[in-house]
Amino acid sequence: MKKLVIAFVMAALPAFALAAGAGVHLDKAPVNLRDQASLQRGAQMFVNYCLSCHSAQFMRFNRMGADLGISDEQLKANMMFGTDKVGDTMTIAMPAKDSKVWFGNPPPDLSVIARARGADWLYTYMRTFYIDEKKPMGVNNAVFPDVGMPHVLWELQGMQKPVYHTGEDGHTSISGYELVKAGTMTPAEYDAAVGDLVNFLVYMGEPVQLKRQELGIKVLIFLAFLFVLAYLLKKEYWKDIH
Amino acid sequence: MSTMKKVMAWVDERFPATETWEAHLSKYYAPKNFNFWYFFGSLALLVLVMQILTGVWLAMSYKPDAGLAFASVEYIMRDVDYGWLIRYMHSTGASAFFIVVYLHMFRGLIYGSYRKPRELLWIIGVIIYLAMMATAFFGYLLPWGQMSFWGAQVIVNLFAAVPFVGEELSVWVRGDYVISDVTLNRFFAFHFLLPFILAALVFVHIVALHKVGSNNPDGIEIKKNKDANGIPLDGIPFHPYYTVKDIVGVVGFLMIFSAVLFFAPEMGGFFIEAPNFEPANPLKTPEHIAPVWYFTPFYAMLRAIPPMFGSQFPGVVVMFGAIAVLFVLPWLDRSPVKSIRYKGPIFKIAITIFVISFVVLGWLGVQASTPTKTLLAQIFTALYFAFFFLMPWYSKIDKTKPVPERVTE
Repeated sequence: MKKLVIAFVMAALPAFALAAGAGVHLDKAPVNLRDQASLQRGAQMFVNYCLSCHSAQFMRFNRMGADLGISDEQLKANMMFGTDKVGDTMTIAMPAKDSKVWFGNPPPDLSVIARARGADWLYTYMRTFYIDEKKPMGVNNAVFPDVGMPHVLWELQGMQKPVYHTGEDGHTSISGYELVKAGTMTPAEYDAAVGDLVNFLVYMGEPVQLKRQELGIKVLIFLAFLFVLAYLLKKEYWKDIH
Repeated sequence: MSTMKKVMAWVDERFPATETWEAHLSKYYAPKNFNFWYFFGSLALLVLVMQILTGVWLAMSYKPDAGLAFASVEYIMRDVDYGWLIRYMHSTGASAFFIVVYLHMFRGLIYGSYRKPRELLWIIGVIIYLAMMATAFFGYLLPWGQMSFWGAQVIVNLFAAVPFVGEELSVWVRGDYVISDVTLNRFFAFHFLLPFILAALVFVHIVALHKVGSNNPDGIEIKKNKDANGIPLDGIPFHPYYTVKDIVGVVGFLMIFSAVLFFAPEMGGFFIEAPNFEPANPLKTPEHIAPVWYFTPFYAMLRAIPPMFGSQFPGVVVMFGAIAVLFVLPWLDRSPVKSIRYKGPIFKIAITIFVISFVVLGWLGVQASTPTKTLLAQIFTALYFAFFFLMPWYSKIDKTKPVPERVTE
């Protein structure tokens, strides 16, 4: 019987070992939802750079404020440009019909983008725009080929061109980037800023994450006690059964 | 007579309350040697109840409208008090339901619980499994994400493969030429209805079980050995013995369930697929369409069968055949013994190959297909069916061990 259970578990292992994607190597995003300062910087960056083309229509300003320690006054003064009601969600004024003409596709809503794409993908995406004159926006992207979005953060990062590497198999791929035009940030500062932004996007994908885990610990502790009680009860009843 | 007894006497004259309690719980004698595998029946019932309750509460805020569905799910996740908890209980519950039911079915396979006199019990179980799959399929469209939409598109298109009437049939199922608002509405209606039919089927399943009595890991009939009062010598009353034991199983299950729910609700993309966080877009096909894990073994079989005469129909037949074959299982097994404990080496090898085939097919079903993987899928599909179709032969020639008169352990 035991052998059968082991065989069953062994056979089930490959099913849990996958779940990775193919393609370009993704850099690990520095996500830490307990770093409130990082989340605040990410939020500021999000409202300044993203929230004019992209909406986050499921995210309320005051929910963000409550979770990230930003008061209603601070929200109104620094982060809300399209509305003055803190209970509003992050919508945009740009009509989807127009943006479809301008970019080929309307920019997607970003409320749950971190859950759809994954933090590492976003972190790599925002750092791998490169000059490509053949494209309408003059840039292309390593993880999102033929992307319709311009390099919105170019002033911060500067402009980079790819360095190609041809492997032994004759396959050419991008091995790195060379800064052609410097931005206002150093590469390290830029990586940190994108890290903050991605951290914020991960928070926004599921604002309840930290509370979920906190509650989970309480539930598991309760269940562990209950398990002991249930087991002792069972043992008490079953002591006469042989 | 105490007041309580008077009340019960009054009720019992009008409704068989005490009689039912005794027949199904306090005087229903179950074999005393149930092991780990016998937890999953009660757990399946628990998950069913949980799914119905959380489902009803989700329906209070969910909007079955192509324009609002995706947003209403996020509304539940963000703005409804503990909506996220209810939603994750439901999404995790769906996968948990299949896990416990697969283990419950596996228990039936290894201990021969489908054998005479439990053929009908098994068949009702297979019908429950079918109803579960239908419920899960309808429910998966409701979040109206990319995988909801395209998964449903792929599955409904299977109906189009039926010869002659296929096209009309698929349009009839969808109510439209593509998956649309109409489809979403009817899927919601069915997803709400089916669980209650499922509950009724479970009731029938339990009635059938209590008629024939539970099987056990030794695969012998405890009713053959009774004491002077007609009580099976190896039987113990279900209540309190198995109620207190099942509580241990329930709490153990809830610990694993909560660990997933609170710390990994997406379960690495297996319980909630990442593309489902993009709203359904009929104009954008995802790179790779994979059903949820509990359907993937059958999806792999579907893809394994090449189109014949320009039709996908053979693949559809094989896919449904993989479930239909379960209905005749009671008559395929010719072994003189029921339980794996007394069956011979051939059965042990056969069931190991069967389990490996099912798991590998499940893995193949989430992969993008390549020629090698298609070949693998074909081999394991053949092995899956071989387990059943060769059973009349190998179960007969297998060397069995003598079965004890009374339960062991």
